[in-house]
Order: sequence, then structure tokens, then C-alpha cells
Amino acid sequence: MRISSLFLALAVVAVSLTGCENKNTDPDPVAQVGEMDIELDHVVGTSSLVRDAATPNYTTPSGDQFSVSVFRYYISNIKLKKADGTEYAQPESYYLIDDTKAASKRLALKNIPVGDYTGLTFTIGVDSARNMSGAQQGALAQSDMFWTWDSGYVFMKLEGRSPQANAGGFSYHIGGFKKPNIAMRTVSPALPTGVKILVRPDHTPEVHMKVDVMKLLTGPTTVRFATFATAHMPGAAAVQLANNYAAGMFSIDHIHAN
Amino acid sequence: MKRTHIVLLATGLAALLVAGCQPEAEVTPEAVIPGSVLPANFPAPVYGFDQNPPTQLGFELGRTLFYDPRLSRDGTISCGSCHQQSAAFSHDGHTVSHGIDGLLGTRNSPALHNLRWQKSFLWDGGANHIETMPAAPITNPVEMGETLENVVRKLNADATYQQRFAQVFGSQPIDSYQLLKALAQFTAALTSSNSRYDHYVRHESGGTLSAQELRGEAIVAQKCVACHATDLFTDNSFRNNGLNQAFPADSGRAHITQRATDRGKFKVPTLHNIARTAPYMHDGRFQTLEQVLDHYDHGVMASPTLDPLLRQPDGRLGIPLNAQQKTDLLAFLHTLTDEQFLTDKRLAERR
Ligand code: HEC
Ligand code: HEC
Repeated sequence: MRISSLFLALAVVAVSLTGCENKNTDPDPVAQVGEMDIELDHVVGTSSLVRDAATPNYTTPSGDQFSVSVFRYYISNIKLKKADGTEYAQPESYYLIDDTKAASKRLALKNIPVGDYTGLTFTIGVDSARNMSGAQQGALAQSDMFWTWDSGYVFMKLEGRSPQANAGGFSYHIGGFKKPNIAMRTVSPALPTGVKILVRPDHTPEVHMKVDVMKLLTGPTTVRFATFATAHMPGAAAVQLANNYAAGMFSIDHIHAN
Repeated sequence: MKRTHIVLLATGLAALLVAGCQPEAEVTPEAVIPGSVLPANFPAPVYGFDQNPPTQLGFELGRTLFYDPRLSRDGTISCGSCHQQSAAFSHDGHTVSHGIDGLLGTRNSPALHNLRWQKSFLWDGGANHIETMPAAPITNPVEMGETLENVVRKLNADATYQQRFAQVFGSQPIDSYQLLKALAQFTAALTSSNSRYDHYVRHESGGTLSAQELRGEAIVAQKCVACHATDLFTDNSFRNNGLNQAFPADSGRAHITQRATDRGKFKVPTLHNIARTAPYMHDGRFQTLEQVLDHYDHGVMASPTLDPLLRQPDGRLGIPLNAQQKTDLLAFLHTLTDEQFLTDKRLAERR
């Protein structure tokens, strides 16, 4: 009898001890890690993005003229893939990019297991879980990139002016995480042929990605400002624009191995 | 004897060790914080204590924010302007909300109580979380007309707020996360569970209902609980209770889902403190509970989305109620008033 009680006591203590140990364990000290940067280059077709021009400084292939005043978007859940198919998924991977904030256009990824990566995948927008989990921190801290009356993140905002728009301007607030109006899109822009992202403890590769505003207006749906000047809630219009941003708006231009 | 000792010692040791693992000592919420005990007659909450553990300082900070007009653009309107304690945190006598610059909203300010148990907020359920909910009135141009960014800037410019937020969150500067978490400390604390009816259900002292009130309870159980379910008196669903034929002014749930089948459906509201939250319905159209009962008896209007429960087998619309049943129902509805909640000084504005 007494022995079994002691056993129980020891067992309980042992269980509690291991409970503590788990939390204090450092990541495997032998696994080597490195860093990489993603530089986002905002362009409109072949020109770079210059906001707030007094007169329209861009023209769509359909002949609509426009200028841009606001360009912001979320990138999340970045994943790196090796040739053997294994993947590294960045934890807490959320970035809010704002064209007015230069620093936001450089995504610094740390603690990546060293390796030769052949693929890059990420989501334009924010996964549905984080749209439903209340107050958030960091890039996800609630701001005007969050709809309050129909809770959820605005995944991308493009606003600007156009003489072709009836009200003189256009405003696309794209988001939606509930069926049938889901607007997050996961994309895997191709790496330049034969190029890999080589993550090493002493090398920080730099992936230069072009983000082409024109593609938002010219993808599967041709956007004409006279008839399609706004999207302000989850719905069919937002889905059309999301299909546009999924179709080549993000492309990898080149990679510096450094 | 010995054996008990050893087991006690073991569990004691284990408890110590487990406690050592916890990052903070905040395990059980202090009983003095309102709403930090779950009422025995309520279902499990949607927003559990673990999601934002109640603390005295957090609750007090949330209360200060709730009553602070600086959360509005021109510094004239606080949450408490539209949500008054004596009216169970609804807006006494106001059909629709009155915001900054005297601007009128389109909907009635609902009572705020037992929000911890709500899956969705607003009459159309558009807000999906108690924490992000306050961002809606803050940024609504006809309510508080502010931006979260600006509110955070104002708070950071105030030395007292800086200090109080730092005490609660341990990090600076104040951001929208801290603002929303702190407000939720207060809104989640608004538990109303001490009406005479609650005492009756829990077999507590003071919990007696008269014969008439009991008859009223039986009518609710028969005719209302399909929608006004559980002791929270709502099933958290969206339904059309026949207020209109086409809902041109407000399509309700359809505004969020964009589905024609949701047109005219609104969140089933609780009946707690119902005698104190007039006017009634999403647009505040009824001034009295008598009018509400008359509506159910003979005012229900047909439309494609009218709830099937409001179509009688004989084709009649609504819920037939004779004069006696109405009086009994009214008597019962008055037993849902929780004076303790309505006068709890801990929930009142501190001057
Ligand atoms: C100008 C009046 C006004 C102000 C100020 C106001 N509210 Fe409200 N509140 C309303 C109205 C009206 C609704 C219902 C709106 C709707 O359904 O679209 C509401 C709804 C709510 C709800 C949802 C309740 C439910 O059962 O769905 C909560 C929670 C709430 N308000 C909290 C707050 C907080 C916190 C503040 C301060 C940050 C605040 N309100 C400021 C008028 C106001
Ligand atoms: C088919 C579902 C359903 C049934 C049955 C039902 N209700 Fe309702 N009730 C609702 C809905 C939905 C609302 C809100 C409608 C709106 O504002 O557009 C509501 C609103 C109310 C309100 C106003 C609450 C407020 O805060 O404004 C009262 C009071 C009420 N009901 C009492 C009753 C009583 C008493 C019965 C039984 C005789 C009953 N209801 C039966 C669905 C129902």
C-alpha cells in the first residue's frame, strides 16, 4: 500500500517536472538557421509607383488614365519549399505593406533552417482564423485595414483618381474570408530559372519581388473606372479583384545570393 | 493516515511545480470583479475567462475607457452615452442612436449584458468578436466618428492612461490591441444573472414567482423559447419576426451575407432586463412591451423569409395571445429585471 502511494507521488512529481521542462527547452541547438529578405518593388506596368501625381500618370491598356493615392496590402503565411518537397512555414507570418512606409516594403525573415529553397509561397490577405480571433498585435493590430461592421481584414486597398471614373476617383477595398466571397489568395511566383534561395548562417539572400498595380486592373477581369470604380465589402466585386491579384500581380524579378 | 499524507504531499508538490510553470499567478479571477463568476443557470460562455483573464486593473481601465468621451472625434460621446446602466446599457427612450454632431443612426442601441455568451454582435451579426466589436461604434461616422489610430494617439498623449495601460499590459506604447483588450475587460464583465427569475431557477432565496408570473413563464416556454432560448433567452440565431414585408430601410442579416434568404432577419435579442430596455426591436419601433405582444398577436407581416414558427397551422400569422395571456406574460417579463446589475456601483461611471 505504502509503496504504491509513494509511486503515485513520484509519478505525479515526475509528470509535473517534465511539464516544466518542455517549456524551457531551446530549439535543437545543432539545427542551423539563417535569414532572408523579400524586397517588394511597387510598379505600375513598366514604371515605378509614384503616388499622388497631380495629373494622371498611368494609363491602362484600355486607355483609362489614373493616378494612385493609397496602396496597402497584407502578405501572410510565407512558406519556403525545398526540391525534395519539404517545407518551412514561417511562424506568425503576417506583414502589412504600405507604399508610404519604405520599411514595410522589406520583409525580413529570420530563423529559417539553412537549405536550398526552390519555391516561395505566400497568401495575399489574412487567413480566416485571424479574422475571427478578436484583437490582434503587430501587423494585424486592428486599423483602417479592418472592417468593423462586418468584421474582417481588408486584404488590399488601392485608391486613386481617374477622369474616367464618374466620381473622379476609384477605391478598391478588397477582403472577405467567408464563402462564397473568399478573397485571400495563395500564390507561388516562380523563381528565375535555375536560381535557388540559398539560406546559410552567413548569407542573407534577397528576393526582389515586383508588385504590379496594373495587374489588379488587367487580370481575368478588365477593370474600367467608368463602370467598376468601387469595392467596399466582401462580395462579387472583391472576388473579381482578388482573382486579378492572384494572376501575376506578384512576380519574382531577381534574387541576390549575397 | 500515512497514505493520505503522502498523497497530500505529492499533490501539494505537484501543484507547486505546476504553479511554477504558469507565467503569471492570474489563475482564478478575483471574485470582486463583476462577472468573474459564471452563473450556474447559463450555458458555457463563448468568450471564456482564459481569453482575457479578468483583472481588477484591467476591468477598471476598461470602465474608464467606456465612459470616456475622448473616444469620439469631438470629445462629446462616450460608449456610456448610448449605453446607460439604468437601462441595462441600452439607450433609454431613444429609438435610434444619437452620435456626434447630433447625427442619427439607423438602429436602436441594444442592451449590453451577458456579451460573454454572444457569438456575434450588432443586429445583423456583422461583428464576430467581443474584442473587435467596439471598433465599430468608434469608427462609425454617425456614432463616434473616430479612427482607432487617433484614439490610440490621444491615449498615448495622456500620462494617466500611459501609466494605467502599462500597469495592465506591461508594454508601451498603447496600441489598438491594448485598447480593445481593455474595453473587453469591461464589456465582458457585464453579466446580468440576478433577476428574481434567475434566483427562482437556481432555487435561491428571494427566488419566488407568483402564480401569475408562473403562468407567464409557461407561456414563454410554450410560445417563445424556440427563439428566445435558454436562460439567456436567445438562441443566437437570426430570424424574421414579421416586422415588415420588404425591409427596405434595413435588410438585416442579408446586409452581411448578401443572401436574399436572409432579408429581414435580425439577431434574436435576449429578454433579460427587457422591462428596462425600451424602445424595442432593431429600429426601436415599439415603445412598450404591450405593443411588442400586440405585434406577435396580430401585427406580424408576411414575407418570404418570415420565420415558420410565426405561421400557424391554420394559416394565421403570429402567436395568438389573449388578454389574460398577455397580462401573465408581462408579469413574467418583469421578473427578468436584475436590479443588482442595474445599480451595481462597480459598473457605474467614476467621477
Ligand atoms: C451613438 C451611439 C453609440 C455609441 C457612442 C456606442 N454605441 Fe454601441 N451600439 C449602438 C447601436 C445603435 C448598436 C447596434 C448597431 C447595429 O446593430 O448595427 C450598438 C451595438 C453595440 C454592441 C453589440 C451588442 C449586441 O448585442 O449585438 C456592443 C457590444 C456595443 N455597442 C458596445 C459599445 C462600446 C464598447 C462603445 C464605445 C466604444 C459603444 N458601443 C458606443 C450605439 C452606440
Ligand atoms: C421566430 C422567432 C421568435 C419567436 C417565436 C419570438 N421572438 Fe421575440 N424576437 C425575435 C426576433 C428576431 C427579435 C428581434 C427582431 C428585430 O428587432 O428585428 C425579437 C424581439 C423581441 C423583443 C424585443 C427585444 C428588444 O430588445 O428589442 C421582445 C420583447 C420579444 N421579442 C418578446 C417575445 C415574446 C414574449 C415571444 C413569445 C410570445 C417572442 N418574442 C417570440 C424572434 C422571436
